[in-house]
Amino acid sequence: MTNTVLEAKNIVRDYHVAGGLFTKARTVHAVKNVSFSVERGKTLAIVGESGCGKSTLARILTLIDAPTAGELFIADKKVDIAHAGLPPEMRRKVQIVFQNPYGSLNPRQKIGDVLGEPLKINTDMPASERRDRAMTMLQKVGLGPEHYNRYPHMFSGGQRQRIAIARALMLNPSLLVLDEPVSALDLSVQAQVLNLLADLQDEFQLTYVFISHDLSVVRYIADEVMVMYFGEAVEYGTRDEVFSNPQHSYTKTLFAATPRADVDSIRARLARKKTAA
Amino acid sequence: MSTETTAVPPKATARPGAVAEFWYYFSMNRGAVLGLVVFALLVLVAIFAPLIAPHAPNEQYRDALLTPPIWWENGTAKFILGTDAVGRDILSRLIFGARYSLFIGLVVVTFALTSGIILGVLAGYFGGWVDTLIMRIMDIILSFPSLLLALVLVAILGPGLFNAMLAIAVVLQPHFARLTRAAVMAEKNREYVVSARVAGAGHLRLMLVTILPNCLAPLIVQATLSFSNAILEAAALGFLGMGAQPPTPEWGTMLAAAREFILRAPWVVTFPGLAILITVLAINLIGDGLRDAFDPKLKRS
Repeated sequence: MTNTVLEAKNIVRDYHVAGGLFTKARTVHAVKNVSFSVERGKTLAIVGESGCGKSTLARILTLIDAPTAGELFIADKKVDIAHAGLPPEMRRKVQIVFQNPYGSLNPRQKIGDVLGEPLKINTDMPASERRDRAMTMLQKVGLGPEHYNRYPHMFSGGQRQRIAIARALMLNPSLLVLDEPVSALDLSVQAQVLNLLADLQDEFQLTYVFISHDLSVVRYIADEVMVMYFGEAVEYGTRDEVFSNPQHSYTKTLFAATPRADVDSIRARLARKKTAA
Repeated sequence: MSTETTAVPPKATARPGAVAEFWYYFSMNRGAVLGLVVFALLVLVAIFAPLIAPHAPNEQYRDALLTPPIWWENGTAKFILGTDAVGRDILSRLIFGARYSLFIGLVVVTFALTSGIILGVLAGYFGGWVDTLIMRIMDIILSFPSLLLALVLVAILGPGLFNAMLAIAVVLQPHFARLTRAAVMAEKNREYVVSARVAGAGHLRLMLVTILPNCLAPLIVQATLSFSNAILEAAALGFLGMGAQPPTPEWGTMLAAAREFILRAPWVVTFPGLAILITVLAINLIGDGLRDAFDPKLKRS
């Protein structure tokens, strides 16, 4: 078995928009010919503006939607949910964490049930063992056993995102797709969650596909970076390559558009303002 | 739920905070509380009918036909609300009639709710042609005046209390199906549903365990309002001779039998009518209160 956890070859996803009475049916190409591969324990960051196909790609990688064309290999096994269906052991290998921690937890489910549900569905583990595992996982993500019997509405955004991460890890997946996992959180909590993700990656040898539009976050967590623009992967390389020497014009624009908040650049901006005034 | 770490109750009671909050908003609505009190009294009356009623509901006092109520001229304390044309005590019949009305409401709402939820969840969850098929059938049912459709159904099935209940359930059921479908469609694409899917939940689990509990609030309100609707329609069918058959002490049937005496002995018509009015009003008030308590937009914080 090689070290490649995820490999995508020429993934294409089209959406057919049905025509109305006066409009023609048309096809939207959400993802065009995207190929990449991720090795065990590494993080691939997918960057791009809103509507460029990032989340569509995430849904394909988590085996929620089928690609229109192209091949997807998970742990060197070809997955084809459109025709061959999805074997349950594949389902366990890929899990997802969503952007909005307020929408991704069932409001009527206690945290314990949220964490136990994947085990309940996928294994025939007795309830006591499920509880023990959920408790352990709660502690791993920095929450306590006293949170086991609480409902999602009793938690803050950062805590909820930890719960969502814990749920994703319950089945010991090898690949975790993180769909903008920190963009709904405030900055200090972002840092906590990112550190947690980094720790968990070391502990479980997890592979991340990290979707984001926040370049500072990407610079912190990514090993490889793929830049998407209108459904195409316009740039793909290691983090240092992409950040130090962007090739595509869109990538350059993207980097230039990142607001800078370090003290030096703020001073420089104020100085510029002063001279202009 | 404080700092206790080891002893986790296997099944704790439903959110106490939520119940308290619900009661707070519900009790803000005076009418709803009044309705609840009246309804509770009605339930007690129905349960203990044989103990409360002064006479048997079908016993005919041949020497006391059309006796007026107690505060009228010639009224006697033996028949507080008077007697009807064949000498049966109206109060006792009303008390026993409460059993029928509540039973009708309960059975009809259970039927309509169950079938409506099943159809609505299927339509909302699967969409496509399943949705189209189910909802067009619902539209057809809704396009008939409800009482007329119930009448037709009873005419086909044959008059009787059970057939009347069945017909009313069929007529009320599209409302539940529509409501469920709308709620399921709204919840279906929420991220927690996708999460459950990624966790491996099948269709049945997604529909019943993940989505349905989050759609219940509007359904509870609709169920309450349908409860009174069912009583009203059963009374109407009874009045038209298609519902409960005499001598059943059902309120609508009592009204129908008393129609001839509306001028000579108005009390025979008045009291069953009042009973229906008060019951339906009480339940509608409860339904309004429930809607206010469940609707986050109406909450004052």
